[in-house]
Amino acid sequence: MTDKLKLARQFIEAIPHSRDLGMELTEMADGIAVISMPYDARLIGDPETGVISGGAVSAVMDTCCGAAVMSHPSNAGGTATIDLRIDYMRAATPGQAIVTRAHCYHITRSVAFVRATAMDDDTENPVATATGAFTVEGKL
Amino acid sequence: MKRPEPVQVVKQRRDDALRALVGGVPYIQYLGVQFDRRGDELTGVLPFAEKLVGNPMLPALHGGVTAAFLEVTAVVTLSWAYLWEDIESGSLDFDPAQGTRLPRLPKTVDFSVNYLRSGLPRDAYARARVIRSGRRYASVHVEGWQDNREKLFAQATGHFVMPQRR
Repeated sequence: MTDKLKLARQFIEAIPHSRDLGMELTEMADGIAVISMPYDARLIGDPETGVISGGAVSAVMDTCCGAAVMSHPSNAGGTATIDLRIDYMRAATPGQAIVTRAHCYHITRSVAFVRATAMDDDTENPVATATGAFTVEGKL
Repeated sequence: MKRPEPVQVVKQRRDDALRALVGGVPYIQYLGVQFDRRGDELTGVLPFAEKLVGNPMLPALHGGVTAAFLEVTAVVTLSWAYLWEDIESGSLDFDPAQGTRLPRLPKTVDFSVNYLRSGLPRDAYARARVIRSGRRYASVHVEGWQDNREKLFAQATGHFVMPQRR
C-alpha cells in the first residue's frame, strides 16, 4: 500500500460519522475513490420494507466524492462540498451493502468536479447517482 | 354554534400524529432529528452529536449529515402538509395500540444541496417549504441554519413522488 493511500484511508476512517456507519474505503487513487457501507437497521427510512433512507446514501456519496477529490494529484490538501445533487433511481435492496464509486473528472485551481454512483449487489442498475462541486485547498 | 374543541385535544391529536410520523423511522432516530411544531409549521432540530462530525480538525458537521438532515426535514414537512387535513378531520387514525399503519413517506427523486458555510459543532435547524404539491409529484425547498436564522449554512431543493392513497 502506498503511503498516500494509507494516509488517506486513515483520514477517512478518522471521520467520526463515516466510522460510525462502518464505511470502508477500498480504493483511492488518481481522482477515483470507492467506499462501501454495510446494511444497518439504524439506516432504515421505510420501516415497512426495510429500505435504507436516501439520507444515508447521501452521507456515503458525500464522503466518497470528497475522497476522490483528495486523491486527485492536483489537490494538495483537504476539501469541502460546495454542492451535491443526488438522483435516486431505485430503492436499495434491504440487507445489501452500498458501494459508491466517485470520479473527480475535472479540477481547476479552486474547484473540483465529481460524479459518483451507488450500487448494491445488482451492479447493472445503480441505486443512485451524484454530481458535485468541491473546493480545492492548500494552493493559492 | 358548535363549541370549538378544547386546546389540549387539538394539541394531543397533532402531536400524536407527528410522533407517529417521525418516531417510526429508524434513520430519523439515528440522526436524532426532532420536530418542533407551532400550529402546522414544523422546524427540524438536529442536536449536535460527536458521531455527526465529518471534519474532526475544524470540527464541522459531515456534509452527508447536513444533506440527510435537510432531506428528512423536507420529507417530513411534505408528508405533514399532505396529511394535515386528514389529521384535523380525524379521518387519519394513528393509534399504534390499534395497529394502524402509518402512511408511506414520499419518495425522493432527486435532492440538490448547496453548502454555504461549514456546519459548526452545535445544534442545527431546518425549515422546509412545499413549492408545489400535485397528486403525483412535489417540489420542496429547505433551508438550514445554526446560530442565526439569516445566515443559512445550507439549503436544498428536492423532487418527490407522492405516496398513493390506500
